[in-house]
Amino acid sequence: MTTTIAATTDEAVTGIEDGSTVLVGGFGLAGMPFDLVDALIRQGATDLTVVSNNAGNGDVGLAALLKAGRVRKVICSFPRQSDSYVFDDLYRAGRVDLEVVPQGTLAERMRAAGAGIGAFYSPVGVGTPLAEGKETREIDGRVHVLEYPIRGDVALISAHRADTMGNLVYRKTARNFGPVMATAATTVVAQVTDIVPAGKIDPETVVTPGIHIDRLVRAEARRLTVQGAR
Amino acid sequence: MTTTVPERTDRGPLTTDELAARIARDIPAGSYVNLGIGQPTRIAEHLSPDAGIVLHTENGMLGMGPAATGDEVDTDLTNAGKVPVTELPGAAYFHHADSFAMMRGGHLDVCVLGAFQVSHHGDLANWHTGDPDAIPAVGGAMDLAVGARRVLVMMKLFTRDGAPKLVPACTYPLTGPGCVHRVYTDYGVFAVGPDGVRVLETYGITVAELEERLSVGVLT
Repeated sequence: MTTTIAATTDEAVTGIEDGSTVLVGGFGLAGMPFDLVDALIRQGATDLTVVSNNAGNGDVGLAALLKAGRVRKVICSFPRQSDSYVFDDLYRAGRVDLEVVPQGTLAERMRAAGAGIGAFYSPVGVGTPLAEGKETREIDGRVHVLEYPIRGDVALISAHRADTMGNLVYRKTARNFGPVMATAATTVVAQVTDIVPAGKIDPETVVTPGIHIDRLVRAEARRLTVQGAR
Repeated sequence: MTTTVPERTDRGPLTTDELAARIARDIPAGSYVNLGIGQPTRIAEHLSPDAGIVLHTENGMLGMGPAATGDEVDTDLTNAGKVPVTELPGAAYFHHADSFAMMRGGHLDVCVLGAFQVSHHGDLANWHTGDPDAIPAVGGAMDLAVGARRVLVMMKLFTRDGAPKLVPACTYPLTGPGCVHRVYTDYGVFAVGPDGVRVLETYGITVAELEERLSVGVLT
Protein backbone atom coordinates (compact mmCIF):
# COMPACT_ATOMS: atom_id res chain seq x y z
CA MET A 1 0.00 0.00 0.00
CA THR A 2 1.11 3.55 -0.58
CA THR A 3 2.79 5.57 2.12
CA THR A 4 0.73 7.56 4.61
CA ILE A 5 2.10 10.65 6.31
CA ALA A 6 1.40 10.79 10.04
CA ALA A 7 0.89 14.13 11.73
CA THR A 8 2.65 13.03 14.91
CA THR A 9 5.04 10.31 15.99
CA ASP A 10 2.29 8.97 18.28
CA GLU A 11 0.04 8.50 15.26
CA ALA A 12 2.94 6.86 13.40
CA VAL A 13 3.29 4.06 15.96
CA THR A 14 -0.38 3.19 16.54
CA GLY A 15 -1.35 -0.45 16.45
CA ILE A 16 1.97 -1.96 17.55
CA GLU A 17 0.94 -5.02 19.54
CA ASP A 18 2.39 -6.62 22.65
CA GLY A 19 4.82 -9.39 21.76
CA SER A 20 5.82 -7.80 18.45
CA THR A 21 9.25 -8.11 16.89
CA VAL A 22 10.48 -4.57 16.30
CA LEU A 23 13.45 -3.78 14.08
CA VAL A 24 15.12 -0.59 15.31
CA GLY A 25 17.54 1.17 12.98
CA GLY A 26 20.79 2.82 13.94
CA PHE A 27 24.39 2.02 14.66
CA GLY A 28 24.94 3.34 18.14
CA LEU A 29 23.19 6.70 17.95
CA ALA A 30 23.72 7.40 14.23
CA GLY A 31 20.45 6.61 12.48
CA MET A 32 18.62 5.79 15.71
CA PRO A 33 14.91 6.73 15.32
CA PHE A 34 14.75 8.44 18.72
CA ASP A 35 11.35 10.06 18.27
CA LEU A 36 9.67 6.86 17.11
CA VAL A 37 11.15 4.91 20.01
CA ASP A 38 9.93 7.58 22.44
CA ALA A 39 6.49 7.34 20.84
CA LEU A 40 6.59 3.54 21.17
CA ILE A 41 7.27 3.96 24.89
CA ARG A 42 4.21 6.21 25.19
CA GLN A 43 2.18 3.81 23.04
CA GLY A 44 2.77 1.13 25.63
CA ALA A 45 3.44 -2.09 23.66
CA THR A 46 5.38 -4.54 25.80
CA ASP A 47 6.96 -8.01 25.74
CA LEU A 48 8.79 -6.88 22.61
CA THR A 49 11.63 -8.58 20.77
CA VAL A 50 13.94 -5.83 19.56
CA VAL A 51 16.36 -6.35 16.69
CA SER A 52 19.05 -3.69 16.47
CA ASN A 53 22.82 -3.54 16.13
CA ASN A 54 23.33 -2.43 19.72
CA ALA A 55 21.35 -2.64 22.94
CA GLY A 56 21.03 1.04 23.70
CA ASN A 57 23.34 3.88 24.65
CA GLY A 58 22.98 6.08 27.72
CA ASP A 59 19.35 6.68 28.68
CA VAL A 60 17.98 7.58 25.25
CA GLY A 61 16.37 5.73 22.35
CA LEU A 62 16.57 1.98 22.71
CA ALA A 63 18.02 2.31 26.21
CA ALA A 64 14.90 4.21 27.28
CA LEU A 65 12.66 1.47 25.84
CA LEU A 66 14.66 -1.15 27.75
CA LYS A 67 14.53 0.95 30.92
CA ALA A 68 10.73 1.15 30.59
CA GLY A 69 10.67 -2.65 30.84
CA ARG A 70 9.09 -3.23 27.44
CA VAL A 71 11.68 -5.56 25.97
CA ARG A 72 11.70 -9.32 26.48
CA LYS A 73 14.52 -10.13 24.11
CA VAL A 74 17.25 -8.31 22.23
CA ILE A 75 18.74 -9.70 19.01
CA CYS A 76 21.89 -7.72 18.23
CA SER A 77 25.57 -7.92 17.35
CA PHE A 78 27.12 -5.73 20.02
CA PRO A 79 25.22 -5.14 23.27
CA ARG A 80 28.22 -4.34 25.46
CA GLN A 81 29.37 -0.76 25.19
CA SER A 82 30.84 1.88 27.44
CA ASP A 83 27.39 3.36 28.02
CA SER A 84 25.06 0.35 27.72
CA TYR A 85 24.47 0.28 31.49
CA VAL A 86 20.68 -0.01 31.15
CA PHE A 87 20.96 -3.21 29.12
CA ASP A 88 23.86 -4.54 31.21
CA ASP A 89 21.86 -4.29 34.45
CA LEU A 90 18.73 -5.90 32.94
CA TYR A 91 20.78 -8.71 31.40
CA ARG A 92 22.68 -9.45 34.60
CA ALA A 93 19.38 -9.45 36.52
CA GLY A 94 18.02 -12.01 34.05
CA ARG A 95 15.26 -9.63 32.94
CA VAL A 96 16.09 -9.61 29.23
CA ASP A 97 17.10 -12.39 26.84
CA LEU A 98 19.96 -11.90 24.40
CA GLU A 99 20.74 -13.44 21.02
CA VAL A 100 24.13 -12.32 19.71
CA VAL A 101 24.48 -12.46 15.92
CA PRO A 102 27.54 -11.49 13.85
CA GLN A 103 26.89 -8.03 12.46
CA GLY A 104 26.90 -8.99 8.79
CA THR A 105 24.75 -12.04 9.46
CA LEU A 106 22.28 -9.83 11.32
CA ALA A 107 22.04 -7.54 8.29
CA GLU A 108 21.85 -10.43 5.83
CA ARG A 109 19.16 -12.28 7.82
CA MET A 110 16.98 -9.18 7.56
CA ARG A 111 17.89 -8.72 3.91
CA ALA A 112 16.83 -12.33 3.30
CA ALA A 113 13.49 -11.69 5.00
CA GLY A 114 12.91 -8.66 2.81
CA ALA A 115 14.01 -10.46 -0.34
CA GLY A 116 11.91 -13.58 0.12
CA ILE A 117 14.87 -15.87 0.69
CA GLY A 118 14.06 -18.96 2.78
CA ALA A 119 17.51 -19.25 4.39
CA PHE A 120 21.14 -18.91 3.32
CA TYR A 121 24.51 -20.52 3.95
CA SER A 122 27.29 -18.26 5.26
CA PRO A 123 30.90 -19.04 6.23
CA VAL A 124 30.73 -16.53 9.09
CA GLY A 125 30.64 -18.00 12.58
CA VAL A 126 31.65 -21.54 11.57
CA GLY A 127 33.76 -23.13 14.29
CA THR A 128 32.56 -20.63 16.91
CA PRO A 129 29.96 -20.80 19.69
CA LEU A 130 27.57 -18.73 17.55
CA ALA A 131 27.18 -21.59 15.05
CA GLU A 132 26.57 -24.27 17.65
CA GLY A 133 23.50 -26.37 16.92
CA LYS A 134 23.09 -24.89 13.45
CA GLU A 135 22.99 -26.90 10.26
CA THR A 136 26.23 -26.78 8.26
CA ARG A 137 27.18 -27.72 4.73
CA GLU A 138 30.47 -27.82 2.87
CA ILE A 139 30.31 -25.79 -0.31
CA ASP A 140 33.37 -25.53 -2.59
CA GLY A 141 35.55 -26.95 0.17
CA ARG A 142 34.45 -24.43 2.74
CA VAL A 143 32.07 -25.08 5.64
CA HIS A 144 29.02 -22.82 5.77
CA VAL A 145 26.32 -22.44 8.40
CA LEU A 146 22.61 -22.19 7.62
CA GLU A 147 21.05 -18.90 8.71
CA TYR A 148 17.35 -18.09 8.73
CA PRO A 149 15.70 -14.75 7.99
CA ILE A 150 14.75 -12.28 10.71
CA ARG A 151 11.42 -10.70 9.94
CA GLY A 152 9.90 -7.84 11.92
CA ASP A 153 6.28 -7.06 12.64
CA VAL A 154 7.37 -3.45 12.72
CA ALA A 155 10.48 -1.55 11.66
CA LEU A 156 11.29 1.86 13.10
CA ILE A 157 13.94 3.66 11.08
CA SER A 158 15.36 7.12 10.61
CA ALA A 159 16.29 8.69 7.28
CA HIS A 160 17.31 12.15 6.16
CA ARG A 161 14.65 13.19 3.68
CA ALA A 162 11.53 11.68 2.13
CA ASP A 163 9.17 12.67 -0.60
CA THR A 164 5.43 12.23 -0.27
CA MET A 165 5.71 8.86 -2.07
CA GLY A 166 7.86 7.56 0.80
CA ASN A 167 11.08 7.49 -1.22
CA LEU A 168 13.99 7.95 1.17
CA VAL A 169 17.49 9.31 1.10
CA TYR A 170 19.83 8.94 4.03
CA ARG A 171 22.77 10.92 5.32
CA LYS A 172 26.34 9.55 5.55
CA THR A 173 26.83 6.57 7.90
CA ALA A 174 23.40 7.13 9.48
CA ARG A 175 22.15 5.02 6.57
CA ASN A 176 23.48 1.80 8.19
CA PHE A 177 20.61 -0.67 8.84
CA GLY A 178 17.77 1.58 7.61
CA PRO A 179 17.49 0.37 3.99
CA VAL A 180 17.64 -3.28 5.05
CA MET A 181 15.12 -3.00 7.88
CA ALA A 182 12.79 -1.07 5.57
CA THR A 183 12.37 -4.23 3.50
CA ALA A 184 12.05 -6.71 6.35
CA ALA A 185 8.96 -5.79 8.38
CA THR A 186 5.20 -5.92 7.91
CA THR A 187 4.78 -2.30 8.94
CA VAL A 188 7.65 0.11 8.29
CA VAL A 189 7.70 3.51 9.93
CA ALA A 190 10.31 6.11 8.98
CA GLN A 191 11.08 9.37 10.72
CA VAL A 192 12.73 11.99 8.53
CA THR A 193 13.84 15.57 9.01
CA ASP A 194 12.05 16.77 5.90
CA ILE A 195 9.19 15.63 3.63
CA VAL A 196 9.25 17.17 0.15
CA PRO A 197 6.70 16.93 -2.69
CA ALA A 198 6.93 13.96 -5.08
CA GLY A 199 9.39 14.81 -7.83
CA LYS A 200 11.68 16.83 -5.58
CA ILE A 201 14.03 13.92 -4.93
CA ASP A 202 16.05 12.89 -7.98
CA PRO A 203 14.84 9.31 -8.68
CA GLU A 204 18.46 8.33 -9.39
CA THR A 205 19.41 9.13 -5.80
CA VAL A 206 16.57 7.31 -4.01
CA VAL A 207 18.03 4.71 -1.64
CA THR A 208 14.83 3.21 -0.22
CA PRO A 209 11.92 3.22 -2.70
CA GLY A 210 8.59 4.23 -1.19
CA ILE A 211 7.06 0.78 -1.74
CA HIS A 212 8.79 -0.27 1.49
CA ILE A 213 7.55 2.61 3.64
CA ASP A 214 4.10 2.43 5.24
CA ARG A 215 4.18 5.46 7.48
CA LEU A 216 6.24 8.61 7.39
CA VAL A 217 6.58 11.28 10.04
CA ARG A 218 8.67 14.41 10.29
CA ALA A 219 10.92 14.84 13.32
CA GLU A 220 13.84 17.09 14.08
CA ALA A 221 17.26 15.47 13.84
CA ARG A 222 18.92 14.84 17.18
CA ARG A 223 22.66 15.20 17.14
CA LEU A 224 24.00 12.81 19.73
CA THR A 225 27.34 11.05 19.85
CA VAL A 226 28.81 8.26 21.88
CA GLN A 227 32.36 7.05 21.94
CA GLY A 228 34.08 3.86 22.91
CA ALA A 229 31.41 1.59 21.53
CA ARG A 230 31.08 -0.47 18.37
CA MET B 1 69.50 -24.73 12.80
CA THR B 2 71.04 -21.37 11.98
CA THR B 3 68.54 -18.61 11.91
CA THR B 4 68.44 -15.81 9.39
CA VAL B 5 65.64 -14.03 11.22
CA PRO B 6 66.52 -10.37 11.87
CA GLU B 7 66.89 -10.03 15.65
CA ARG B 8 66.70 -6.41 16.76
CA THR B 9 68.28 -6.87 20.17
CA ASP B 10 69.87 -3.42 20.00
CA ARG B 11 66.54 -1.97 21.05
CA GLY B 12 63.52 -2.78 23.22
CA PRO B 13 60.16 -4.08 22.08
CA LEU B 14 58.10 -1.90 19.71
CA THR B 15 55.87 0.80 21.16
CA THR B 16 52.25 0.83 19.99
CA ASP B 17 53.03 3.62 17.54
CA GLU B 18 56.08 1.81 16.18
CA LEU B 19 54.00 -1.33 15.81
CA ALA B 20 51.32 0.62 13.94
CA ALA B 21 54.00 2.02 11.64
CA ARG B 22 55.47 -1.47 11.13
CA ILE B 23 52.09 -2.86 10.04
CA ALA B 24 51.46 0.15 7.79
CA ARG B 25 54.63 -0.74 5.86
CA ASP B 26 53.19 -4.18 5.00
CA ILE B 27 49.91 -2.87 3.60
CA PRO B 28 50.24 -2.82 -0.19
CA ALA B 29 49.59 0.40 -2.08
CA GLY B 30 46.13 0.54 -3.58
CA SER B 31 44.58 -1.82 -1.00
CA TYR B 32 41.06 -1.61 0.38
CA VAL B 33 41.59 -1.96 4.13
CA ASN B 34 39.50 -2.27 7.29
CA LEU B 35 41.26 -1.27 10.50
CA GLY B 36 39.65 -2.80 13.59
CA ILE B 37 38.49 -0.84 16.58
CA GLY B 38 41.09 0.13 19.16
CA GLN B 39 44.82 0.02 18.46
CA PRO B 40 44.58 -0.94 14.73
CA THR B 41 42.87 2.42 14.13
CA ARG B 42 46.27 4.05 14.75
CA ILE B 43 47.74 2.39 11.65
CA ALA B 44 45.88 4.98 9.56
CA GLU B 45 48.24 7.70 10.84
CA HIS B 46 51.18 5.83 9.31
CA LEU B 47 49.77 5.09 5.84
CA SER B 48 51.40 7.19 3.14
CA PRO B 49 48.85 9.42 1.41
CA ASP B 50 50.60 8.53 -1.86
CA ALA B 51 49.86 4.81 -1.43
CA GLY B 52 46.22 5.27 -2.46
CA ILE B 53 44.95 3.00 0.33
CA VAL B 54 41.19 3.21 0.82
CA LEU B 55 39.77 2.65 4.30
CA HIS B 56 36.52 0.75 4.79
CA THR B 57 34.38 1.10 7.87
CA GLU B 58 31.77 -1.61 8.34
CA ASN B 59 29.03 0.84 9.26
CA GLY B 60 28.83 1.73 5.61
CA MET B 61 31.65 3.76 4.10
CA LEU B 62 34.69 3.57 1.84
CA GLY B 63 37.10 6.49 1.77
CA MET B 64 37.02 7.21 5.47
CA GLY B 65 39.25 10.07 6.56
CA PRO B 66 40.84 10.93 9.92
CA ALA B 67 38.89 11.55 13.13
CA ALA B 68 36.77 14.69 13.03
CA THR B 69 37.67 17.62 15.25
CA GLY B 70 35.82 20.81 16.17
CA ASP B 71 33.35 21.93 13.52
CA GLU B 72 34.01 18.81 11.44
CA VAL B 73 32.12 16.62 13.93
CA ASP B 74 28.94 15.32 12.30
CA THR B 75 26.96 12.80 14.33
CA ASP B 76 25.78 11.11 11.13
CA LEU B 77 29.39 10.28 10.22
CA THR B 78 31.19 7.90 12.54
CA ASN B 79 33.55 4.97 12.30
CA ALA B 80 32.81 1.47 13.61
CA GLY B 81 33.92 2.59 17.08
CA LYS B 82 31.26 5.33 16.89
CA VAL B 83 33.96 7.99 16.87
CA PRO B 84 33.14 10.95 14.57
CA VAL B 85 35.30 10.82 11.43
CA THR B 86 35.65 12.68 8.13
CA GLU B 87 35.15 11.72 4.50
CA LEU B 88 37.85 11.90 1.85
CA PRO B 89 37.27 12.89 -1.79
CA GLY B 90 35.93 9.82 -3.57
CA ALA B 91 34.19 8.41 -0.49
CA ALA B 92 31.10 6.23 -0.88
CA TYR B 93 28.28 5.33 1.51
CA PHE B 94 26.27 2.10 1.50
CA HIS B 95 23.98 0.19 3.82
CA HIS B 96 24.95 -2.54 6.25
CA ALA B 97 24.03 -5.55 4.12
CA ASP B 98 26.14 -4.17 1.25
CA SER B 99 28.99 -3.34 3.60
CA PHE B 100 29.18 -6.90 4.88
CA ALA B 101 28.57 -8.43 1.46
CA MET B 102 31.66 -6.49 0.39
CA MET B 103 33.55 -8.11 3.26
CA ARG B 104 32.17 -11.64 3.00
CA GLY B 105 32.44 -11.56 -0.78
CA GLY B 106 36.22 -11.24 -0.59
CA HIS B 107 36.46 -7.70 -1.93
CA LEU B 108 38.39 -6.30 1.02
CA ASP B 109 42.15 -6.80 0.60
CA VAL B 110 43.28 -6.51 4.20
CA CYS B 111 41.88 -6.20 7.69
CA VAL B 112 43.83 -5.63 10.88
CA LEU B 113 42.25 -6.85 14.10
CA GLY B 114 43.16 -6.91 17.77
CA ALA B 115 43.18 -10.27 19.55
CA PHE B 116 43.00 -11.97 22.92
CA GLN B 117 44.71 -15.04 21.46
CA VAL B 118 45.93 -16.32 18.11
CA SER B 119 46.86 -19.97 17.60
CA HIS B 120 49.91 -21.16 15.71
CA HIS B 121 47.52 -22.33 13.00
CA GLY B 122 45.86 -18.97 12.64
CA ASP B 123 42.75 -19.44 14.77
CA LEU B 124 41.58 -16.10 16.12
CA ALA B 125 39.93 -15.38 19.49
CA ASN B 126 39.06 -11.72 19.96
CA TRP B 127 35.43 -11.38 20.99
CA HIS B 128 34.77 -13.20 24.24
CA THR B 129 36.88 -14.27 27.18
CA GLY B 130 34.44 -17.04 28.04
CA ASP B 131 33.99 -15.46 31.47
CA PRO B 132 30.44 -16.43 32.53
CA ASP B 133 29.82 -12.89 33.83
CA ALA B 134 30.88 -11.26 30.57
CA ILE B 135 28.16 -10.07 28.23
CA PRO B 136 28.95 -11.59 24.83
CA ALA B 137 29.32 -9.04 22.03
CA VAL B 138 30.77 -9.91 18.64
CA GLY B 139 30.08 -6.92 16.40
CA GLY B 140 31.63 -7.39 12.98
CA ALA B 141 34.68 -9.37 14.15
CA MET B 142 33.60 -12.75 12.78
CA ASP B 143 32.55 -11.29 9.45
CA LEU B 144 35.90 -9.50 9.08
CA ALA B 145 37.94 -12.52 10.15
CA VAL B 146 36.26 -14.73 7.57
CA GLY B 147 35.73 -12.18 4.83
CA ALA B 148 38.91 -10.16 4.38
CA ARG B 149 41.40 -11.72 1.97
CA ARG B 150 44.29 -11.14 4.31
CA VAL B 151 43.81 -10.96 8.08
CA LEU B 152 46.54 -9.33 10.15
CA VAL B 153 46.53 -9.22 13.94
CA MET B 154 48.00 -6.40 16.00
CA MET B 155 48.50 -7.27 19.65
CA LYS B 156 50.91 -7.42 22.55
CA LEU B 157 52.67 -10.78 22.58
CA PHE B 158 52.14 -11.35 26.30
CA THR B 159 49.33 -10.61 28.75
CA ARG B 160 50.00 -8.43 31.79
CA ASP B 161 50.72 -11.65 33.68
CA GLY B 162 53.32 -12.66 31.09
CA ALA B 163 51.27 -15.43 29.48
CA PRO B 164 51.75 -15.74 25.70
CA LYS B 165 48.82 -14.68 23.52
CA LEU B 166 50.28 -16.61 20.60
CA VAL B 167 49.34 -20.14 21.67
CA PRO B 168 49.27 -23.73 20.36
CA ALA B 169 45.46 -23.69 20.66
CA CYS B 170 43.12 -20.90 21.74
CA THR B 171 41.47 -21.38 25.12
CA TYR B 172 39.01 -18.54 24.53
CA PRO B 173 35.97 -19.02 22.25
CA LEU B 174 36.97 -18.59 18.61
CA THR B 175 36.12 -15.70 16.33
CA GLY B 176 37.21 -17.72 13.32
CA PRO B 177 39.30 -20.84 12.72
CA GLY B 178 42.46 -20.64 10.59
CA CYS B 179 41.76 -17.11 9.40
CA VAL B 180 44.86 -15.16 10.52
CA HIS B 181 47.83 -14.80 8.18
CA ARG B 182 50.23 -12.67 10.18
CA VAL B 183 50.61 -11.56 13.78
CA TYR B 184 52.34 -8.26 14.56
CA THR B 185 53.44 -7.85 18.16
CA ASP B 186 55.71 -5.68 20.27
CA TYR B 187 58.33 -8.49 20.39
CA GLY B 188 58.15 -9.78 16.86
CA VAL B 189 56.27 -10.52 13.66
CA PHE B 190 54.96 -14.04 13.05
CA ALA B 191 53.50 -15.95 10.12
CA VAL B 192 50.79 -18.39 11.21
CA GLY B 193 48.78 -20.91 9.23
CA PRO B 194 48.32 -24.58 8.35
CA ASP B 195 52.09 -25.18 8.63
CA GLY B 196 52.30 -23.66 12.10
CA VAL B 197 54.09 -20.59 13.39
CA ARG B 198 57.29 -18.96 12.08
CA VAL B 199 58.98 -15.87 13.43
CA LEU B 200 59.90 -13.31 10.78
CA GLU B 201 61.66 -10.66 12.88
CA THR B 202 62.13 -9.85 16.56
CA TYR B 203 62.40 -6.68 18.65
CA GLY B 204 64.23 -6.54 21.96
CA ILE B 205 64.45 -10.31 22.23
CA THR B 206 66.32 -13.16 20.53
CA VAL B 207 64.64 -15.99 18.68
CA ALA B 208 65.97 -18.42 21.30
CA GLU B 209 64.43 -16.37 24.12
CA LEU B 210 61.16 -16.18 22.21
CA GLU B 211 61.08 -19.95 21.74
CA GLU B 212 61.50 -20.35 25.46
CA ARG B 213 58.88 -17.77 26.47
CA LEU B 214 56.38 -19.10 23.93
CA SER B 215 57.20 -22.73 24.80
CA VAL B 216 57.56 -23.70 21.15
CA GLY B 217 60.21 -25.98 19.68
CA VAL B 218 61.53 -24.12 16.67
CA LEU B 219 60.19 -20.81 15.45
CA THR B 220 62.13 -20.49 12.21
